[in-house]
Amino acid sequence: MDVVALSRLQFGLTALYHFLFVPLTLGLAILLVIMEVVYVTTGKTIWRDMVKFWGLLFGINFVMGVATGITMEFQFGTNWAYYSHYVGDVFGAPLAIEGLMAFFLEATFVGMFFFGWDRLSKIQHLFVTCMVAMGTNLSALWILIANGWMQHPVGARFDMATMSMQVSDFSAVLMNPNAQDKFVHTVAAGYCVGAMFMMSISAIYLLMGRHRAVALRSMTVAASFGLASSLAVVSLGDASGFTIAQDQPMKMAAIEGMWNTEPSPAGFNIIGFPDQMNHVTNDAVNIPWALGLIATHSTDTPIAGINQLVQQNALRVASGAQAYAAMETLRTNPKDAAVLAIFNAHVNDLGYGLLLETVGADASKPTPAQIAEAAWQTVPPVTTVFWSFRFMVVLGFYFIALFAVMFYKACARRLDTTRWLLWVTAFSLPLPWLAAELGWTTAEVGRQPWTIDGILPTALSVSSVPALNVAISIAGFVIAYSALFVVEMFLMIRAIRKGPGQVHGPSGLVKTIPGFAAPSHAPAE
Amino acid sequence: MNEYEVFRVIWWALLGVLLIGLAVMDGFDLGAAMLMPFIGKSDTERRVVINTVGPVWEGNQVWLILGGGAIFAAWPMLYAVSFSGFYFAILLLLLSLILRPVGFKYRSKLQEKKWRNFWDGALFIGGLVPALVYGVAFGNVLRGVPFSFDDTLRMTYTGSLLGLFNPFALLCGIISVTMLVMHGGAYVACKTEGAIRRRAQTAATFAGILVIVLFAAAGFWATRLNGYVLQSFAGTDGPSNMLLKTVSLAPGGLMTNYHTAPLILAVPAVAFLGAIATILLTRAAKWPGITFIASAFSVAGIIGTAGVSLFPFMLPSSSTPNDSLIVWDTSSSLLTLQIMLVATIIFLPIILLYTSWIYYMLRGPVTTATITRDDHTAY
Repeated sequence: MDVVALSRLQFGLTALYHFLFVPLTLGLAILLVIMEVVYVTTGKTIWRDMVKFWGLLFGINFVMGVATGITMEFQFGTNWAYYSHYVGDVFGAPLAIEGLMAFFLEATFVGMFFFGWDRLSKIQHLFVTCMVAMGTNLSALWILIANGWMQHPVGARFDMATMSMQVSDFSAVLMNPNAQDKFVHTVAAGYCVGAMFMMSISAIYLLMGRHRAVALRSMTVAASFGLASSLAVVSLGDASGFTIAQDQPMKMAAIEGMWNTEPSPAGFNIIGFPDQMNHVTNDAVNIPWALGLIATHSTDTPIAGINQLVQQNALRVASGAQAYAAMETLRTNPKDAAVLAIFNAHVNDLGYGLLLETVGADASKPTPAQIAEAAWQTVPPVTTVFWSFRFMVVLGFYFIALFAVMFYKACARRLDTTRWLLWVTAFSLPLPWLAAELGWTTAEVGRQPWTIDGILPTALSVSSVPALNVAISIAGFVIAYSALFVVEMFLMIRAIRKGPGQVHGPSGLVKTIPGFAAPSHAPAE
Repeated sequence: MNEYEVFRVIWWALLGVLLIGLAVMDGFDLGAAMLMPFIGKSDTERRVVINTVGPVWEGNQVWLILGGGAIFAAWPMLYAVSFSGFYFAILLLLLSLILRPVGFKYRSKLQEKKWRNFWDGALFIGGLVPALVYGVAFGNVLRGVPFSFDDTLRMTYTGSLLGLFNPFALLCGIISVTMLVMHGGAYVACKTEGAIRRRAQTAATFAGILVIVLFAAAGFWATRLNGYVLQSFAGTDGPSNMLLKTVSLAPGGLMTNYHTAPLILAVPAVAFLGAIATILLTRAAKWPGITFIASAFSVAGIIGTAGVSLFPFMLPSSSTPNDSLIVWDTSSSLLTLQIMLVATIIFLPIILLYTSWIYYMLRGPVTTATITRDDHTAY
């Protein structure tokens, strides 16, 4: 493999691994706030025990998120140096503000969450928990503003003197509709993960007949929160699909496996087998009208097919080649007004011109065959995007159904009467993670061949490091991350086995606060 | 002074603030982790040392993440060149930094002696390696590293990992380690009592003496090194393009700024005076808080010395000096620097405010008694 493939592999692996921990942090943080509010308002100590127990699991998970998150930030510099230089002016700011506004908040307060029980008043501790939850969610906001800009780069222009993208309108970067939709969709996905985590583990306790009081209460909270979250994640995903159809028509067409423009409203391929070589989707089962309604929220807006989009992109590649040629002339003779006019007329297609370099062409004077080849580069791997999207959507609807049933059972106070349902719930534990990872796969594989959509090809974004170095660092990460995963799972399972009653042990945690009785364990333990 | 120049200088100074913030705040975590196996004679004593930083290290580590983000946003080319050029050094840093959070969190979850000893070793390495890598990186920045650009500003780096561990850089690495041991010792002395405090004070004293000797040696060595001198450039408000200037090499070039502005000699002076004060105050064994502040000044002085010696250089190229990164051709656009400054002005005071509140709530020493009492909740 070359350095581009290896760098992508490393980024993909470390990002997907990092995102095993992030969504649970996002979801559990909110659930901790909910449970602690109940504790503070009712004064019932079982709710404090629940916050401590789920908080313990939150802490084991949080550490992994932090440890793997640093890798993500540094990796832009180590492995994507040209990218970092080319878009750092725009892309770096949200990351830096994330640190200032969000990560400092969550990381500073999270220590107090664990060590503050006997130093803080109830209200102060609730405040600390709220700050942690706010920090994690704000953190997601800024990361998705950065990611949204990669998908839909607004508010920036190319500056030839520095060979980089520069911010022209920062509020456009912040208010990027793509970023806003992705933010709410992603945090809602995190809430589903948190809710399922709490509900599944509670189901295991009920099946084992242990910790009944804590499990029932946790399950009620998780089922209600999970129902709201799963409804949100699906409907907000729909909103996200709407913006993709506007801003990234190629990604939408790939998700659909739709090679040719259909008369509106277009049908939705519910199943099919995309064949990227021959530009067809075989054995497609098509639901008439559905895609047109989903993607455009109308019946008369056409949706472009891949073949038609490639034809359009071929024009942009040719235009980008003119911009590239003009840029080379201007580099030796910056005062040439005629060439500058050509450059300015074609600069918006410069990224498509750069695609020519990825197919081995001279970007300033490509042949028609090279232009066609570069235009076909703009099609992402259709099969991957097609199937990861479908599995994600199916899982989304499954979550709504499961949370709805459990919510009904909770309202009827019959959560533990149907054992097979508890088994189903227990075995559903990994599914929200799977859905979240599939979501990222759809979004980021669907963005190919670009790191910044239409601006900078992935193949040109990498650092000038030897492929061997990247292979070695991948090996290092795989070994370290696998070892960590084993340790993390071991501690997580051990803590779950011990259960809520054991969390704070026999210590005199609360005796320093006047007015508190001795720590009362959950009554049913 | 034009506006772009002002903002570039502000962001140069803020980079210094962030690096000093990292060294002062996260530095004492690293120092405490390095000292822990030596000044903690029993398991409970080791836990005392770990729990002095237990509730705060996560927040402190954000200085590193913020530093990375701020360099990315304000100095994109510096971020791109240094991180990809120092590839394996960064990998080493990342892998050792991963040891630290899991070590803190997981060490005391099991009783077994082997388990705890393993994580003690991991925590020691997680303190030592980052401290060493930071210092080695500074040494290389002062000497320059081999890189060059083509006309699309794509960088090629021609050095190796072993090349980073040259004698001068290694000396800087050892200074960084001793400096953070001194600083960590001063911190642990603040937060403990009795035998552990005395051992921490002894460690801080010895480390302080080493800091003074080694820092002086590095300073003397630096006068002999080739330094970089800016001959011509596109102006302090020129575009951030590294190909528009000429740079020459001159023996003792790192001393140029001290000749043109002797006042900045105050910066290395602070480094020495801070270390001397740390030693004297730990000997006096009173006012541990003030001792910690003196140590922090020394840390700030040492990092500041590297900065003012290099200015306006940020990362010189030893192979193609003309392609060096300087303050006037490495920054983001004026608009980005302005936006980032606004964000910093809003959020940095808020961060300092809630961080102070946390430290206030955590005031008072960690003792073997508190560890025994909170056996199940402490690290």
